[in-house]
Amino acid sequence: MGKNEENDALTKNKPATEKDILAELELKMKKYLRGESANLEVLKDKKLKGQLAVKEKLYGKSAQAAAKAEKWLMPSEGGYLEAEGLEKTWRIKQETIAHEVDISSSRKQYDIILPVWSDVNPLIHQTVQQHITPTLSIKSMQLGPYTLDFTSSGRYMAVGGRKGHLGIVDMINLSLIRELQVRETVRDVVFLHNELFFAAAQKKYPYIYNREGTELHCLKEHGPVLRLQFLKNHFLLATLNKFGQLRYQDVTMGSMVGNFRTGLGRTDVMQVNPFNGVVSLGHSGGTVTMWKPTSSAPLVKMLCHKGPVSALAFHSNGHLMATAGKDKKIKLWDLRKFEVLQTLPGHANTLDFSQKGLLACGNGSLIQVLRDVSGTQNYSRYMTHSMVKGYQVGKLIFRPYEDVLGIGHSTGWSSILIPGAGEPNFDSWVANPFETSKQRREKEIRALLDKLPPETIMLDPSKIGTVKPKREKPTKQEREAEVEAAVEAAKGMKLKKKTKGRNKPGKRVQKKQEAVSRVKRPYLEQKIQEEENMSRKKQKTSEGVELPKSLQRFARKKASS
Amino acid sequence: MKVKVISRSVDEFTRERSQDLQRVFRNYDPSLRPQEKAVEYVRALNAVKLDKIFARPFIGALDGHIDAISCMTKNPSQLKGIFSGSMDGDIRLWDLASRQTVCQFPGHQGAVRGLTASTDGKVLVSCGTDACIRLWNVPNTSLVESDDSTKSTIEPASVFVWKNAFWGVDHQWDGDLFATVGAQVDIWNHNRSQPINSFEWGTDTVISVRFNPGEPNLLATSASDRSIILYDLRMASPVRKMIMMTKTNSICWNPMEPINFTAANEDGNCYSYDTRKLDEAKCVHKDHVSAVMDIDYSPTGREFVTGSYDRTVRLFQYNGGHSKEIYHTKRMQRVFCVKFSGDGSYVISGSDDTNLRIWKAKASEQLGVVRYLPCFLHYLDLSEIINVSEHILSIMWRCLFHTKMNLSFVGLYTYIFFTFIYDYFVIMPQILPRERKKHDYHEAVKKRYKHLPEVNRIARHRHLPRPIFKASALMRVMTDAKKRKEDKRKAHSAPGSITTQPLRRRRIIKEVE
Repeated sequence: MGKNEENDALTKNKPATEKDILAELELKMKKYLRGESANLEVLKDKKLKGQLAVKEKLYGKSAQAAAKAEKWLMPSEGGYLEAEGLEKTWRIKQETIAHEVDISSSRKQYDIILPVWSDVNPLIHQTVQQHITPTLSIKSMQLGPYTLDFTSSGRYMAVGGRKGHLGIVDMINLSLIRELQVRETVRDVVFLHNELFFAAAQKKYPYIYNREGTELHCLKEHGPVLRLQFLKNHFLLATLNKFGQLRYQDVTMGSMVGNFRTGLGRTDVMQVNPFNGVVSLGHSGGTVTMWKPTSSAPLVKMLCHKGPVSALAFHSNGHLMATAGKDKKIKLWDLRKFEVLQTLPGHANTLDFSQKGLLACGNGSLIQVLRDVSGTQNYSRYMTHSMVKGYQVGKLIFRPYEDVLGIGHSTGWSSILIPGAGEPNFDSWVANPFETSKQRREKEIRALLDKLPPETIMLDPSKIGTVKPKREKPTKQEREAEVEAAVEAAKGMKLKKKTKGRNKPGKRVQKKQEAVSRVKRPYLEQKIQEEENMSRKKQKTSEGVELPKSLQRFARKKASS
Repeated sequence: MKVKVISRSVDEFTRERSQDLQRVFRNYDPSLRPQEKAVEYVRALNAVKLDKIFARPFIGALDGHIDAISCMTKNPSQLKGIFSGSMDGDIRLWDLASRQTVCQFPGHQGAVRGLTASTDGKVLVSCGTDACIRLWNVPNTSLVESDDSTKSTIEPASVFVWKNAFWGVDHQWDGDLFATVGAQVDIWNHNRSQPINSFEWGTDTVISVRFNPGEPNLLATSASDRSIILYDLRMASPVRKMIMMTKTNSICWNPMEPINFTAANEDGNCYSYDTRKLDEAKCVHKDHVSAVMDIDYSPTGREFVTGSYDRTVRLFQYNGGHSKEIYHTKRMQRVFCVKFSGDGSYVISGSDDTNLRIWKAKASEQLGVVRYLPCFLHYLDLSEIINVSEHILSIMWRCLFHTKMNLSFVGLYTYIFFTFIYDYFVIMPQILPRERKKHDYHEAVKKRYKHLPEVNRIARHRHLPRPIFKASALMRVMTDAKKRKEDKRKAHSAPGSITTQPLRRRRIIKEVE
């Protein structure tokens, strides 16, 4: 027995064989290949086949290089939380995690309770799970609930309190860059393309501020906005106002790109699908609609819940959507088939997917994080957290490239550790948390050069540059059915009542027959045309056939000979 | 319980000193870059637009001749040398780098109609309407000062007088024979004042001649009876003759596929032929709206340049039905001769307005390192210059700290130093590796998205001078009408009684052996 264990230990510690590494690389390559290669065997054009084969080979090579880079060159590894023995991951408390992790990580757990009575900077109170009980008079001055937003690199956070408290925080050295009090309702904040600008949805209009807190623009056209979203690749600010109007404004040129009436009532559930830039709205009728700025009708309208939709979130791979309804259900949807994958019981006011695919749900003062354990999109409970003193969770948002969940609640904001949430390795050219100001300037220019036109927003962004599939000819049966339907429609036509004499039943029958024949006519013409073409073809083919000698003198002679 | 969270220390991810390079981390995960195809498409679009913005093909005009330029030839042994002959009998050797005449070859009485240089670049052969062939020894340009005052004139090494006016001349690629054309085709040797061989097929004037670059004994001529004739010097009589509907003004062999040649035709098209199969053109290159006067292949054999009577120069792919580039200026008149430079990166055109013009072969290409050093610095090493400059700098610092020289004096020294350096290093814009990489990336995305309508439209669009635009529209209307008529005739005749020839065959009358 002991020997066996020893053997097991030995095999475990053995260095990975070449075969294992190859298998691992193969698995990783899949991600970089971006789908299966085309079937070249069916091609008849040899030249094209050769060219495509060379291309495919090149794609394979580059995918392999990327997989190797991922295996050997990545500087950091992702976080994890594993239970041992009878432990359950969802019973593990934040305090215990804080004891286990390093000091710099444990500093990422804090509760900020506002307002504080001391005149010191509120962020100095970063004690773990400590909070300050507000006195009664201050409680009535509460600034919350708070809403949060992170820049794409996760370096900066914007906070907005309902009562007009706005601020920008540097999350690496935990310093407050700027805070201001607009003395007006603030419903939402969102960063624009970098930390220099942010937009806040205030009582009557949305405003754009710069990092110093100077008001740059008042976007009066948008009206009283409830939710803001920013489309980073397109430089579009999408807003949803009290009257259910969805507007898109280009923040570089200032032009209004789209202005649509949803017609489905007031809602404040809005989320951008980062995969394709489609904006989704959740409505009180239980429907979810998806919009693009170039069409006034929604791309998709799906009934998700038997009650108002309360929250929406999208997985970064674009295939998975989570919705929460007031009907006590949280549903996971496959966006390729528009089907439910999983239905979980429970309320959620706010939902968010992390970069690695964890799903955070907030309800009341309870936060639940779900995880897809087996990779089969079967989400189950991973971690739970309950806010102290029953602070009500208003907004949950994962911090990019960190194992941190930001919580905006009724009296301030908090941050807890969720191991395995964030992408461990950032790309300096995509989002760099340690960006210098020069790098930021250069990136801004580059991003502006690569700004996408609004037309590139579509449900399947990989469609760009591909060929539209050829429309197949309708079959005979389909065509007959079409004719029949048209005839039926003509027969069912109601005739006007005419004056006496003109309303004879004979005339009415005649009119109906005329209408039917008029409808049939184009189909018949088409048929005749096709038959003619066929006969011409037949004639051409039959010309080649040699006639018997006795009949040749009757054949049509060729003009040229 | 096992737990690990992402923890990054700032020191690890930022540079230590301000002199260090910023650290760069890569993660190629596609999920970090949403909508990558759209982004690539936008980049392709921008790249194509940038190409348009930077399309400045005209480099300069070389003026000096006082009459229309009738012929040109490259100096095969030197990249920057080109000879040009004009209608008044003047022949000049140009230095393309400094855009100046190096020397002149006076002597011809009438127009110079043909110029060619031997493959070693030592002998220049010229002929003209004065029925004279002149052989010149080409001076070594590196010895000749590029100064204007010392512009030299050269005496011909030998003069051969013959019976009739000449229309063209071409030198054999390997050997010392050259062929002249006029009333007949004559083969000459450098040393003999009589032709060593003569060919004749028909009575009309032969107007152009080109030796095959691969097979030195093979040559092609075109005559004013609309024929193209192939000759083999090893045989007593011509090999093949092909008659087209219109005259061929010039012929050029593809240097990389010497079995193929392209003929510049009077009808505005160029026809590429395979020598073995003269009953059908391999490709018809359309776009000129008037007679094509001259044609020359790039040394790569992938593209060729044509000059036309419609006052434009066009560049074609060797297998492209339409031109990929059109060059024109307001001042350029009828183009009589064009040449690709020896490295394939420039195009030189000579026209009726007495100027030679230099164009880039790729209109929007950024030209590479050009480091200009005057002659007397050739022996000076680069490291020596750096030593000298360091020495001057150290003197300056010493002056500043020890003798407490006032600052204006230091300024003067700095000025002298920089003028010194600047005089000897005129460094033209240089393509850095990063820039090169970006160009490559742009090329790749352009290639990938070239089929998309917007990209294709921008890439294809060229501004045309109004007369050419109108003429091409008119020609299009004419061809459409012709096609319509033919279609109708076909539809109303007995099936199979009327057959249409493809354009590749249509312009050929017959092939004679």
